[in-house]
Amino acid sequence: MMHLAVALDGAGWHPAAWRSSGARPRGLFSSGYWSELVVEAERGLLDFVTLEDALGPQSAAFHLPDERTDQVRGSLDAVLLAARLAPLTSAIGLVPTTDVTHTEPFHLAIGIATLDHVSRGRAGWRPRISSRAADALHFGRRTTPQLTDEDVRDPESIARRLRPLFDEAADVVEVARRLWDSWEDDAEIRDAATGRFLDADRVHHIDFRGEHFAVKGPSITPRPPQGQPVVTSLAHASRPYTFAAQASDVVYLTPHSREEVTAVLGQVRDAAAAARRPAGHPLRTFADLVVFLDGDAGRAGARKARLDELDGAALASDAKIFTGTPGELADLLDGWHSAGLDGFRLRPGVLPYDLGAITRGLVPELQRRGSFRTAYESATLRGHLGLPRPSSRYRRTGTGGASGTAAPATRRGQAPERVEPGERAPGRV
Amino acid sequence: MHLAAQLPGIHNVTVWSDPRSRSQIGVDSFIHLAQTAERGKFDFFFLAEGLRLREHKGRIYELDVAGRPESLTVLSALAAVTTHLGLAATVNATFNEPYEVARRLATLDLLSGGRAAWNVVTSFDAFTGENFRRGGFLDEADRYDRAAEFLQVARRLWDSLSPADIPADSGTGEFIRPGAGAFTHAGRHFDISGRFTTPSGPQGHPVVIQAGESAEGREFAAAEADVIFSKYNRLPQARAFYQDVKGRLAKYGRSPEDLKIIPTATCVVADTDEEAAELATEITRAQVSPQTAIAHLEAVWGRDLSAYDPDGPLPEVEPLPGNLLLKGHSVFRGDRAATARRWREIAEARGLSIRELVIAVGDGQTFVGSPGTVATAMEHFVTTGGADGFVLVPHTTPGGLDDFVTRVVPLLQERGAFRADYEGTTLRDHLGLAHRRTSREAVR
Repeated sequence: MMHLAVALDGAGWHPAAWRSSGARPRGLFSSGYWSELVVEAERGLLDFVTLEDALGPQSAAFHLPDERTDQVRGSLDAVLLAARLAPLTSAIGLVPTTDVTHTEPFHLAIGIATLDHVSRGRAGWRPRISSRAADALHFGRRTTPQLTDEDVRDPESIARRLRPLFDEAADVVEVARRLWDSWEDDAEIRDAATGRFLDADRVHHIDFRGEHFAVKGPSITPRPPQGQPVVTSLAHASRPYTFAAQASDVVYLTPHSREEVTAVLGQVRDAAAAARRPAGHPLRTFADLVVFLDGDAGRAGARKARLDELDGAALASDAKIFTGTPGELADLLDGWHSAGLDGFRLRPGVLPYDLGAITRGLVPELQRRGSFRTAYESATLRGHLGLPRPSSRYRRTGTGGASGTAAPATRRGQAPERVEPGERAPGRV
Repeated sequence: MHLAAQLPGIHNVTVWSDPRSRSQIGVDSFIHLAQTAERGKFDFFFLAEGLRLREHKGRIYELDVAGRPESLTVLSALAAVTTHLGLAATVNATFNEPYEVARRLATLDLLSGGRAAWNVVTSFDAFTGENFRRGGFLDEADRYDRAAEFLQVARRLWDSLSPADIPADSGTGEFIRPGAGAFTHAGRHFDISGRFTTPSGPQGHPVVIQAGESAEGREFAAAEADVIFSKYNRLPQARAFYQDVKGRLAKYGRSPEDLKIIPTATCVVADTDEEAAELATEITRAQVSPQTAIAHLEAVWGRDLSAYDPDGPLPEVEPLPGNLLLKGHSVFRGDRAATARRWREIAEARGLSIRELVIAVGDGQTFVGSPGTVATAMEHFVTTGGADGFVLVPHTTPGGLDDFVTRVVPLLQERGAFRADYEGTTLRDHLGLAHRRTSREAVR
């Protein structure tokens, strides 16, 4: 069985999608628009939806702001949007993107933990570095590398130039993971005899000290229902593969053919081995695809062509762009799945049109082939993805949590505590 | 009058040992309390914040309820299960940056249909700073200066992008107007420029709440806030505070009704006044457990007093007031030497044990009595210049507001002291505040 997610962004992934008939461009900043989309995605039994976000407006250029007025500009905070959608759904995972370059790791960790609480265990997170130097001016606290036109032609070159930001992002995820573990599951004891609500021995300082920041902890938010919400990342190059291997539970990849699937999975496997990713913490591999779907293949292509014309350029994407029928897409997904991918994150070209085509066309087709679930079998995102719920890294075995606080980590990545075999959280080198 | 409800956070107000007490973090508790407040036609629901768990004598403080959510995230979820209730988040102006906070508040205002409020708090302590990139970077003297500039920048960002800037007209192909969202600010604390991403919500600017006690805090509130939380819930002091703060408004070109003053209050309601008084005593004793009594005394005395009997007299030993044992608790941050002297005088004059003393110097319960008695007292408080309303802090989660909403609210409504139903949809509507339209819209 394959896993399926959709990436929701604005009016869809085509920059002119907002001008399609059936698009609702005036709804982009309303709860009604997003709730209809996520309810539709849940109707299709999808594993999760991702919500895009950045701390600056969208731009046609990867590395520079632009002055275009004919494309969607503006966005909502994705964590708050995900939380707004949580009570309207009951099974689907909710995976907001957040910037990790200009934000506070502590706030990010408690925001995602809170999303997990309000969704009863359906939170994920896509940490994202700020690749646009102009966004740094919105904060005025630091500068980040300004990529050149030359740089942005090659993912390896981008990753090389932004390497310090990837290193820092790995620290941010490490901090979040430690904060999520900082309250053991049974920290709240409500012991009237001793007057204690908490057992201080089961709530831990994390004592993180990295090159860029230090965080003392513990979290102010008790351990989230999933223990560790699902961390996901998008990767096109070697450094991001390493980041995913160190930090993520799910990685989004962008192969353009079945051969590339095999090649990129090999790279990810190598990165995981180099990061000494422990067994028992699988890294789920998803391929991203931009999709335009119609019952008639020609219509899907014509829709995209019309939007290309409106936008003045053919759609360009890091991911493969697919136009065709749900049946043709099902063929492709089955083929790539058999090459070793765990699942797919589909980026609908136009919303809500191509989302409906996924949930009402593609999903039934995959179900007919026995390639996709016919009902949710769990209530948490980890459950959908077959990821075990990890114990807190600070949990002491056999002592009933009665001894003192954990020793501080002396250097980055060093485990400050004993862990049970097979229970090591990912992200530890 | 205006009414707000608070999910009790980290103080000993919450009687977690009560058998009816449920999770302080589970979403069901938040939903129950918010929906109860909305059933009672309350103005808003409020969440406090503390960005570091308290520590006492070098260990995580164990005696009070602890563990809470990120305010804005949980309020955004509550926007989905309520329709009118205002949603007020406490967001720190020291350990955040304006671009992100303005964006998140605009998002909440949009996703709630105009119900967002921001309780602006400042902190400066290195203890909390240890959880953040910059550490304890701010001097205490600068905290209101930074908060004022932070708010000024947030307002500029909200003004930079209004819904009218986003025609999203597929006919003309114009999604956004040229230059929309552009901003520049150069000041002492922030030097930023660029483009904002999130159009302002239905309220224009979310409701701004402040809770400062000091002269500086009062001035900041008089200049900038729509609502002020106060601790003065006893009449003579409350009137003095009310007059002082309202008197500061004119110099900012504001009228008294532009700033609502609402103290925090607790209510104990029972069939008769006698039963309510008994219940109030019971609740207060539960709030000050023997262990809590010793911990509070230790916090003031600055030394380990665990060997003392909470039901016995105050210790003979003198306080070490320079010694901060209980960290992260604002109540014990003041002049502890003076507090210790006062406590000893009270205990000696009234012959109180440690626990009795801590109960006596505590807030106790604000409104106690039958539903009729409580309604009368609240109405009297508001009509005689003590406050514009109250933030009710229930002592159990999540059912602690049920009795008040079922038994007292209808009486207030009958007497015309409180709204029978919501008359508008936004929090500014409920509070009778003008919507802050952005300057870009104003010129259009």
